[in-house]
Amino acid sequence: MATYQNIFTQVQLTHAPEMGIEMKPGSDPRGTNATLVHLFGRFGQAQIGPVYLGWTGLLSLLCGFTAFEIIGLNMMASVNWNPIQFVRLLPWLSLEPPGPEYGFSPIVPLAKGGWWILAGMFLTLSVLLWAIRTYRRARALGMGTHVFWAFMSAIWLFLVLGFIRPAFMGSWSEAVPFGIFPHLDWTAAFSIRYGNLFYNPFHALSIAFLYGSTLLFAMHGATILAVGRYGGEREIEQITDRGTASERAALFWRWTMGFNATMESIHRWAWWFAVLTTLTGGIGILLTGTVVDNWYLWAQQHHYAPAYPSTGVVDPALGSK
Amino acid sequence: MKPNLMLRLGAVLIGAALLSACQVGTKSAKQYGYRGTGMDQITLAAASKKIDPINVVPPPPYDPPKPGGRPAKEAYQNVQVLGDISEDEFSYTMAAITQWIAPEQGCNYCHNPANMASDELYTKKVARRMLQMTRKINTGWTNHVHQTGVTCYTCHRGQAVPTENWALPAKGNPDSILGNLHGQNKPMIATAYSSLPNTAFAKYLLDSNSSPIRVQTTYSHPSQYPATKNKVTTMGAEGTYSLMMHTSTALGVNCTFCHNAGSFQAWNMSTPKRVNAWYGYRMVRDINGEYIGSLASVFPKHRLGPQGDPLKVNCTTCHRGINKPLGGVSMVKDYPALRPTAPMVTAAAAPAAAPAAAPTKMP
Repeated sequence: MATYQNIFTQVQLTHAPEMGIEMKPGSDPRGTNATLVHLFGRFGQAQIGPVYLGWTGLLSLLCGFTAFEIIGLNMMASVNWNPIQFVRLLPWLSLEPPGPEYGFSPIVPLAKGGWWILAGMFLTLSVLLWAIRTYRRARALGMGTHVFWAFMSAIWLFLVLGFIRPAFMGSWSEAVPFGIFPHLDWTAAFSIRYGNLFYNPFHALSIAFLYGSTLLFAMHGATILAVGRYGGEREIEQITDRGTASERAALFWRWTMGFNATMESIHRWAWWFAVLTTLTGGIGILLTGTVVDNWYLWAQQHHYAPAYPSTGVVDPALGSK
Repeated sequence: MKPNLMLRLGAVLIGAALLSACQVGTKSAKQYGYRGTGMDQITLAAASKKIDPINVVPPPPYDPPKPGGRPAKEAYQNVQVLGDISEDEFSYTMAAITQWIAPEQGCNYCHNPANMASDELYTKKVARRMLQMTRKINTGWTNHVHQTGVTCYTCHRGQAVPTENWALPAKGNPDSILGNLHGQNKPMIATAYSSLPNTAFAKYLLDSNSSPIRVQTTYSHPSQYPATKNKVTTMGAEGTYSLMMHTSTALGVNCTFCHNAGSFQAWNMSTPKRVNAWYGYRMVRDINGEYIGSLASVFPKHRLGPQGDPLKVNCTTCHRGINKPLGGVSMVKDYPALRPTAPMVTAAAAPAAAPAAAPTKMP
């Protein structure tokens, strides 16, 4: 489809849907439905489909739907199947992991966290199958597998929070509940319990990469939009030419801050920052409670946290019986 | 100015207004800790000037009587707690208590008018235990109430049952997910409208056997943890978090009123207010366990909670949104009967023993 489309393009050409390249021999069949939607064309490609579902995609969606249903129906049961209360209280409702009395046992009564384990299992299957799908589709198109590895980094953090760290701690009760406010309260309680995650250096790295990602995203997005009038989104084909959008974008940053990423390296920057956000975050979570029990005291020991003048307040529990 | 530029400028201004806190009033800030630690309290000047009528100390019923005179136990029958004060002071204290607790019902709320000495009304038995409690608080819990002290009014505020109370929550079927919110996930003031456990009072404030509030360890490495001790889990820490949110709401202050957010645990980074609060939690346990708890069989059914336990106190019962109840005015100085200087008449726990006994359970 030889149309020039970005968010500022006002003209959309209608044509027969582009069906893509032939499938490799031995592949599952790809869908044959494809259509053009004008509204979608205002935000991206106007063409919807054809979709390659395959068995990984199909199973991933099924597992994801199962997890979603387990979580939703548990929440709805907790308000006695009352739809009004379900909507009203939805941000507060949760599906909680098993309590500390069950340790890390896989056999837990459904009402006492068994549903949580099942939901987590199906959700894990769903994201892993989707990851395999991104790998296989990338290979089928002769692409690199960067999307797969980036997704695996996010799955790493997800699994550390819900499975790997609880396994090391020997308790499901260390895992995150499913729920909008409950998972946020878990985050705060986790930091409170382990002496302030602020002093966890891997948490600090994760935040630096997270904020760095948003900064890089803003810089790159802004640069490409700013040279959109010169066809800047067609980055690679312009790299070697003078006066192109690509060269102007590079010069802009060299003049502004003396250094510029290249059209290729800016994407490596962005990819690594995004991937390292969840990679370092997962390491930080995994170390908490397993290797370090109180990050503030750890930071004091390693001269990582500032020591403030003592207020002279003494623990009233000391010195009395 | 071009119309579309004005439009854009207007949109930017509206956007900025939406993003701001939109509290345009003058604020006053007070620093409570070392610079750069965010340990300050910010209050709206208008809000701090306005005093809620519920937090105003009522005047005494009449001028306090002069000391001396016949002891109450000789003047009246069945005076078990206030027997050593004078007859005049006894009447004065009774008049004040009526005004504080049953201003509409009057003396008959507790007394049989035909026989004032009779204990036939349950309210009289409750009132006697509450008098013992008030005297214990004013003499034994001075680490929390200091010389300001408390009176019946500190909790009751003109109501027979203090409006700020709690009882053990109704027990659902723990083996079913039906209607089971697991003691949390319900917005209510007790948890500052969070999804945190709303059973924190039952867990931490029930009596002297309540769970330790502390969640952090004093070691940086988990292997240093004594093998005999149960570790607090992240899930368990949510209870403490909930209790702290309650205290913060009850006192109208933020975390840094007591803590340095760098380490909630470190006492040498905390403010002296935290010591007050530490004794406060133990005082509340004493009140709920020793005094209110002992009245479980005295209260009629309609005065009990869903699990059949009497209604208990928490921080809000006295504090009502301000860090010093009733604005820090010492009300008890006008009612010396409520703060005996001589050894206590009550046979309840010895005053000095309770605060000292509590710490044995701490980590």
